[in-house]
Amino acid sequence: MSDACDSCVVGGKADFQRFGVDVSDADAVVALAGNPNTGKTTLFNALTGLRMHVGNWPGKTVVQAIGGFKIRGRKYRLVDLPGTYSLLSNSPDEEVARDFLLFGEPDTTVVVCDATALERNLALVLQVLEITPRVVVAINLMDEARKRGIELDHRELARDLGVPVVPISARIGLGIPSLLDAVEAVSMGKQGRTTPREMHYGPEIETAIKPIMEQLRREYPSLKNARWVALRLLEGDPSVLNELREGTLGLTTHAVGPEV
Amino acid sequence: MSDLLMLAEQQRAGLQRPLRDQVAEAIFGEATTISDRALRNRGRALALTQRLDDIFTSRIWGFPAMALLFAMVFWITIVGSNVPSAMLGELLVGKGHPWLRDLANAAGFPWWLSGLLVDGMYLATAWVISVMLPPMAIFFPLFTLLEDFGYLPRVAFNLDRAFKWSGGHGKQALTMMMGFGCNAAGVTSTRIIDSPRERLIAIITNNFAICNGRWPTLILVSSLFVATMAPTGTQSMVAALTVGGVAVLGIITTILVSKLLSGTLLKGEASSFTLELPPYRPPRILQTLATSMIDRTLKVLWRAIVMAAPAGLVIWTISNVSVGDQTIAAWLVNGLDPVGLFVGLNGVILVAYIVAIPANEIVIPSILMLTLNLAKSGLAQQGVMLELDDQQVRDALVTHGGWTMLTAVNLLLFSLLHNPCSTTIMTIYKETRSVKWTTVATLLPLALAFTVCALVAIIWRMFG
Repeated sequence: MSDACDSCVVGGKADFQRFGVDVSDADAVVALAGNPNTGKTTLFNALTGLRMHVGNWPGKTVVQAIGGFKIRGRKYRLVDLPGTYSLLSNSPDEEVARDFLLFGEPDTTVVVCDATALERNLALVLQVLEITPRVVVAINLMDEARKRGIELDHRELARDLGVPVVPISARIGLGIPSLLDAVEAVSMGKQGRTTPREMHYGPEIETAIKPIMEQLRREYPSLKNARWVALRLLEGDPSVLNELREGTLGLTTHAVGPEV
Repeated sequence: MSDLLMLAEQQRAGLQRPLRDQVAEAIFGEATTISDRALRNRGRALALTQRLDDIFTSRIWGFPAMALLFAMVFWITIVGSNVPSAMLGELLVGKGHPWLRDLANAAGFPWWLSGLLVDGMYLATAWVISVMLPPMAIFFPLFTLLEDFGYLPRVAFNLDRAFKWSGGHGKQALTMMMGFGCNAAGVTSTRIIDSPRERLIAIITNNFAICNGRWPTLILVSSLFVATMAPTGTQSMVAALTVGGVAVLGIITTILVSKLLSGTLLKGEASSFTLELPPYRPPRILQTLATSMIDRTLKVLWRAIVMAAPAGLVIWTISNVSVGDQTIAAWLVNGLDPVGLFVGLNGVILVAYIVAIPANEIVIPSILMLTLNLAKSGLAQQGVMLELDDQQVRDALVTHGGWTMLTAVNLLLFSLLHNPCSTTIMTIYKETRSVKWTTVATLLPLALAFTVCALVAIIWRMFG
């Protein structure tokens, strides 16, 4: 369905309802992901005008907050995901974030990064890019980084990651207009397609996932992130196994999986 | 389908090194490469953050600094709320209550209707507002400022060793900090803990982090009773230290109960984690004041009022409807008195805690209403109303309620240890989906509260 309906940007509405996100009057859905304590909630407030309390400590947001904003008349639904260091482990908060990206298929995912801890934050960006190509990277806390003498080249970063990178400072409202432009461009598919960097895991793993990917493509011809699913299967991730068994993974593709 | 799973199984068996390690290595290697290319200058650590952390996370100074900071917050709250509390009491109870009574009389309300509305619902609500609003309006913004400043993760850092010893997860300290606001929120925040065993420990022990509803009870009882033992001039400081002491006792209880659980019901090793210490950030004071006013103070106050009005109704009704030769309230209180007095409390306090299961906020007003109604001192009937200045409340509790210092001390302990409120219990069920663990999380604290209070009472009587 989501492929067939190119004009309506919002993918399967039923999928969002699973996450308690009402998209009935939204033109597009934007997710905010990022490491804990990178200022996702501050950005959420800056974009929506809401006033969720922002704490200066990791793990403040465990339940996703939902708000909305407009760019040039188009309505965006904004979902603030719990902050996570990775999408690899299985803690409940990481699962919420991962499942939302996987099954909710937001039109754009903004990964908020802490400019003062770029390396660690990029690890999450790379993992998000494996799930969805429609990503905008917001490098937050630029004011703090500048105070500490950190200089970074966001154009170089954008070239390397293959998606738009916008330096911002959500606390003082710096860079928000540029961020909104990037979100609009990616969610409307204006910039052509993003060309996200692909992770390579070395010969051993690459060889191991190849036959799994082939088998997956045979069984689920329209599965979008076969590579990612193959990796999880290889890992023995119990939740992906369950979703495959119950056929909920089919929701991603709207393909009818074979009977179990 | 099963082909796919078998294939995955097969391929996994052929791997030389665990997949997770290889994946993590590749991702972090890549992240390093990309960030190296993008970073023109790596900058330096913040001098101020480093200097503050030298104190706040120091092995020697960490705990004293923590105690000092929290004692300061409590002291400002206690000193600051005295005057507005008395003013609100005078206005809402001293003036508002007789005025409403006259109005009801003039309107020709039957005695039971004006009793229900004015002496029940209104009075309970008025007491909640005058007792709770001032300390909340001062305490919550102060606590939020401390939070925005970035101090809370340092508390978690300092406590990490203790939590490791207890077999709980290090992040449990963070969920505990969340519980200091609201235990229901604290229970939800345990989602950051990945191990189900450690998450359950965090859920069950979150109750020992004193929540919004309990701070005012502690502050009031500490100022009215414990502080009076101290010489004048030092009283508010003693009250602040008492409240701080109860909070610390809560942390110690959390650690001990975690240790107990991980040695019995929830056996296992503590898993490791990385705790990030964010830089200290100057809190934006005006915005913090506004948000914490709306988010916390008004929300908690609203909850208290919504709970207080029906509680007032219930208390007035059970105090005025007789079955046999005494009122329902008297039956309950007299029935619970033996148990209550044995554990160093009394029947009124236990009935108040039953009425207050939906919200701890209404414990003190319930105790006051029950005590005064049962005393049959004629205070209410004669139209002599309490204006709720501290001396009067204390006198009422001592003369009509038979309170002693032991009652006050044990009320502090009971307030700290007793079962979570019904909202928290529901949240625990929602998070665990288990009747068994919800029951444990509800009854274990209650049993602990009774045991500790009984022990204190026995020892107190032996030496007192």
